[in-house]
Amino acid sequence: MLLILLGVLILHVIILILLIVSTAATAWSVGNSGGKDLWYKCSTNSGVYGCLPSSNEDWIQAVQALMILSVLFCFFSLIAFLYQLFRLVKGGRFFFTAIFQILASVFVMCGAIIYTVMCPEDKKIYTHFGYAYVLAWVAFPLCLISGLIYIVLRKKE
Amino acid sequence: MLTFLALTSVALLGIVPEQSQAIVIYTGWERHALVGSDIRLSCSFFSWRWTSEDVTFSWTYRPDGSRDAISIFHYTGGAAYLDNKGPFRDRLEFVGNPGRRDGSILLKNLELSDNGTFTCDAKNPPDIVGRPSSVRLLVFEKVPIQAGVITGAIIGVVLGLLLLIVVIYYLMRFLVARRVFSLSVSKHGKKKKEGSQQRQLWTPPPLTCYPLP
Repeated sequence: MLLILLGVLILHVIILILLIVSTAATAWSVGNSGGKDLWYKCSTNSGVYGCLPSSNEDWIQAVQALMILSVLFCFFSLIAFLYQLFRLVKGGRFFFTAIFQILASVFVMCGAIIYTVMCPEDKKIYTHFGYAYVLAWVAFPLCLISGLIYIVLRKKE
Repeated sequence: MLTFLALTSVALLGIVPEQSQAIVIYTGWERHALVGSDIRLSCSFFSWRWTSEDVTFSWTYRPDGSRDAISIFHYTGGAAYLDNKGPFRDRLEFVGNPGRRDGSILLKNLELSDNGTFTCDAKNPPDIVGRPSSVRLLVFEKVPIQAGVITGAIIGVVLGLLLLIVVIYYLMRFLVARRVFSLSVSKHGKKKKEGSQQRQLWTPPPLTCYPLP
């Protein structure tokens, strides 16, 4: 029992770290000389590494909001899990934790889909998707699975 | 005490003339406007001296990407001279009040080519040493959404809904608990009333005396 609990907790923390790295790293679209993410586009021009603020279009702000919300909800579900671990009645299910975790996975999915569809057309410099984009897509099924585990999990003596 | 006061006043008089030579000019930092609209570029200054009659204001314009600045406005000797050959001919108007240290100009019917830096330089003789101040003009086709407005709106709405749901949940629990409590109180009260009524109806049985054998 303790092993399962520890495993679930470690999975949750890993998901949180993946989400935070994905939101913050400058590698959603990468090219030869630099990377672009939700907040800045950075490139190395003639030896100088500089960053410019990303475009202020509507869709990129929506992706920013969805990624931040997913990080927040994953964090809330971690807090709810720790709280319910000590205060839940015997035999109860971790509903709050599951709801927040599933919402977080939905937000990551929406954010990644919007970014894929409205991908910046700057094909000259930024040629393909970077690791932060991949992390977002990896975090989505992990988050969903974690949420479903919480629905099934029951508190024993 | 008196000598101390005299010394400080001499020292102040010594400091103030040093500062009074510097004039400080204030304009905005950046201005945004739509194509076709009018915009007022304000310029005022601070000087230790009184506003002299020879006060001058001059505005120069440097387009984005260019290194040369051209002069577009000059006020001197009580008269304003507007651009009559350059890009702003017939589009400039002086709306300032030199007596009140205001040297603002009005740009009418903005075009996309008006993007650039406008520099105001004011002189208030004998206060002539100062740094001109610049304001950057940005002209847009349509007003762009500022960074973070939509992000903040989405996050705020979702968190607000979450808070609302939590509050409603606890309110329902509280109300249900109260209703249960009030129901139990009313039941208890009814039982008490019935009990007292029965006592009134119940009359003690009449005493009968049985003679002792």
